[in-house]
Amino acid sequence: MSKDTDLLEVDDLWVKFPTRTETFEAVRGISFRLGRERLGIVGESGSGKSMTGRAILRLIRKPGIVTANRISLHGQDLMKLTEKQMRNVRGKQISMVMQDPKFSLNPVMTIGDQIVEAYRLHARATRSEAHAKALEMLEAVSIRDPERVFRAYPHEMSGGMGQRIMIAMMLIPDPEILIADEPTSALDVSVQTQVLSIMDRLVQERGMGLIFISHDLNLVSAFCDRVLIMYAGRIVETCRADRLHEAKHPYTRGLLNSLPRLEEPRERLDVLKRDPAWREAASVVDDQ
Amino acid sequence: MNSAPETKGSARQLEAWLLSNTPTSRRHARLGSLYKGWLKLKSNKLAMLGLFILIALVVIAILAPIISPADPFEQNLGNRLKPLGTEGHFLGTDSLGRDLLSRLIYGSQITLYIVALVALIAPVAGLFVGTMAGYLGGWADVVLMRVTDIFLAFPRLVLALAFVAALGAGIENAVIAISLTAWPPYARIARAETLTIRNSDYISAVKLQGAGGLRIIVKHIWPLCISSLIVRVTLDMAGIILAAAGLGFLGLGAQPPSPEWGAMVSEGRKFILDHWWVATVPGLAIFTVSLGFNLLGDGLRDVLDPKDSGDE
Amino acid sequence: MTGLSAKHLNVWFGSGRDRVLAVDDVSFSVASGASFGLVGESGSGKSTILRALTGLAPNWSGEMMVGNEVLQGQRSSAFYKQVQMVFQDPYASLHPRHTVDQMLSETLYLHGVGEIDTHVEKLLDDVGLGNAFRFRYPHQLSGGQRQRVAIARALAPEPEILLLDEPTSALDVSVQAEILNLLTDLRSEHSLTYVMVSHDLAVVGHMCEEIAVMQNGKIVEIMPVADMRSMQAKHDYTQHLLKSSQGYERREFNG
Ligand SMILES: Nc1ncnc2c1ncn2[C@@H]1O[C@H](COP(=O)(O)OP(=O)(O)OP(=O)(O)O)[C@@H](O)[C@H]1O
Ligand SMILES: Nc1ncnc2c1ncn2[C@@H]1O[C@H](COP(=O)(O)OP(=O)(O)OP(=O)(O)O)[C@@H](O)[C@H]1O
Ligand SMILES: [Mg+2]
Ligand SMILES: [Mg+2]
Repeated sequence: MSKDTDLLEVDDLWVKFPTRTETFEAVRGISFRLGRERLGIVGESGSGKSMTGRAILRLIRKPGIVTANRISLHGQDLMKLTEKQMRNVRGKQISMVMQDPKFSLNPVMTIGDQIVEAYRLHARATRSEAHAKALEMLEAVSIRDPERVFRAYPHEMSGGMGQRIMIAMMLIPDPEILIADEPTSALDVSVQTQVLSIMDRLVQERGMGLIFISHDLNLVSAFCDRVLIMYAGRIVETCRADRLHEAKHPYTRGLLNSLPRLEEPRERLDVLKRDPAWREAASVVDDQ
Repeated sequence: MNSAPETKGSARQLEAWLLSNTPTSRRHARLGSLYKGWLKLKSNKLAMLGLFILIALVVIAILAPIISPADPFEQNLGNRLKPLGTEGHFLGTDSLGRDLLSRLIYGSQITLYIVALVALIAPVAGLFVGTMAGYLGGWADVVLMRVTDIFLAFPRLVLALAFVAALGAGIENAVIAISLTAWPPYARIARAETLTIRNSDYISAVKLQGAGGLRIIVKHIWPLCISSLIVRVTLDMAGIILAAAGLGFLGLGAQPPSPEWGAMVSEGRKFILDHWWVATVPGLAIFTVSLGFNLLGDGLRDVLDPKDSGDE
Repeated sequence: MTGLSAKHLNVWFGSGRDRVLAVDDVSFSVASGASFGLVGESGSGKSTILRALTGLAPNWSGEMMVGNEVLQGQRSSAFYKQVQMVFQDPYASLHPRHTVDQMLSETLYLHGVGEIDTHVEKLLDDVGLGNAFRFRYPHQLSGGQRQRVAIARALAPEPEILLLDEPTSALDVSVQAEILNLLTDLRSEHSLTYVMVSHDLAVVGHMCEEIAVMQNGKIVEIMPVADMRSMQAKHDYTQHLLKSSQGYERREFNG
């Protein structure tokens, strides 16, 4: 990937949570680039995937601290922007689908009103145009009976419906970069395919950059172009997604081996055995 | 001789124990989180200022007989309406020649009394009614909220007047009247919060443990409503003090010659143009105390919400 | 030991034009000690079936049985000692102001279990969290760590029937393997009965002997796991689902 097609470049990113007695480092000095591509981030629970995504948007909650040499979007350093300028970046240039969809929705406002509001904030549309657009978005993420969902409240949605509504809302402002944190973890495979192909189309047709955070190794391997594998706040390996199954790092191999498989049933699944040396090894620099 | 460094060392040990990230027992964890909460409050300068004001109020109220320079009830008509800084009357005197400073000091007792009682009765009643209505839903909700609406529909002072008229004049009755008129907004807030909480999975999860309604309301819903109520109560404090004053003014609250601050303001109003300090001094006192409550309340809200708390 | 069953179960929400029939004439039965999978379209009523079984759905008709007991109205506390559920969304199922310890010890207390301290430690150990997490609040845990707390809470009363709503969808594969192994062990030790919802066919295939496929509120097919492995599905939707599970197919969009 040549440099001028880079949308985002992250250099030496740290996320720390200081307490009075010690400092917990959730992300420990990672660097990577994102072009107009689908970049997967995988890794075990607690390895810092979500924190990486949130740090790019500077959305780390208060005691947490983000430091980086540079997080540049088109050569503009996000670390140097004021909070007010950052608000313009969020949503308009970079959108993020959070891991906890229902918490990101307002519990006392109907789904329809929230989508309409999001849309009208972005495009100066009349109410009825926005209404039509909202229904169209809901249909696009294969929601049955969009009229009813439009009038419903978030708690009346199933887990997967909440996730799809969030995705629909994040795509409305037509962002240049979408950070999707476990966006399809609650979706059945067929709806998942439809949602993924929406994102896929945006990447291929509009040149959007996608950071796709997921646990699902098979999915990432099939859907993404490149993968970063994280462990304990560092990147331990990067590879082309379709080569994920040939990955060499014992951690990646361990993750792959612990997957259940439909074709070959097993009594027990392999469990990952962690080696303290992985934690200390320096972060791999993503130079592809 | 070497006891000082030793206690210093053990104090540091105690602190390390309190701040441990891996508490070993429930008591340890509770003490630790209390201590962390205190540190958090302490780091908030404004909240500490609020706390300081309120502690000062309490101390003054307790020590009133000792520190007040004169008898707050002693009249001296020859000495009336003396300005600030008069010899022997630091804050001047009122229309009956009573020493304003002493009246202010004794008045702190009454103010504290009113504020403490109202702050205990109204939010608790509101919390109870609001969460019950929100959690139970159905006709219980309809009935409780209609009652709340009726209370809300009357202007506060008019309603309090009616109560006091029925119960008889006096501070206790004024407190009850004010509390009775102050709870409906709290009930509304608590109900609104309960409505968003009651459908959540974590409430369903305790239901699956066989927990009863009362337990769910008290142990699971209240903790989530309390922080917004505390903020609301501290914001309302000034209003409560003034409502007590209003009743006093109408002769239905604190009875003259009681040095209740609100009553002092309304007395002083008659002379506001020529003798501004008679109304302004107690007014400033009310303002300071309300500010104290506000600042502390704001700081407490941050501490009470573990999401934003600084501990890890 | 107890199994469970449902006959002609309907569950609906709302009224008028907003009425949804979330579960539409569903019948199935799970033998004691068996493990039953529910898969299907998102929004097809899988979670609703579990909620109806535990008495969390207000409007329903039909018949539900646990053991020899027909379920109706309020469930008794004996019922909750027998049947427990793990909720789908670990971000929503833990009380935000309660520490892990408070949650687990309250559960133990409500079920009348003694020696709460040792039990809490053991539960945390069982789900692989350890004592360091005992006094944390949910916001100090990652998604996977939360789900393990939720599983520990469901295991606390030592139920005979566990209803698992996507127990591992928030977990990474290594923790998923640990949890699935744990669930397998628990089941063989205590001969538990499982009803497990998942959209991951490999997980359901690993855990369950029989699998019901749902679409739009209905069970369209109940198949033994062997049929699923060999991709022998009768219903069109099942075939479609099995086909999609073979992975995302790259497509070229020409822009
Ligand atoms: N407020 C906080 N204070 C201290 N530590 C935190 C805080 N928030 C998160 N962490 C820790 O940061 C680490 C990284 O969390 P993160 O949410 O990025 O994990 P993740 O890779 O997204 O995991 P998952 O796949 O389970 O969602 C975790 O170990 C978590 O416990
Ligand atoms: N409290 C509620 N009020 C109104 N409708 C509801 C409520 N709960 C669920 N529904 C509706 O019932 C239907 C089934 O929801 P359910 O949660 O059972 O789906 P699910 O199969 O678990 O889906 P997912 O895999 O996405 O979690 C959905 O259409 C949903 O909108
Ligand atoms: Mg995460
Ligand atoms: Mg569900």
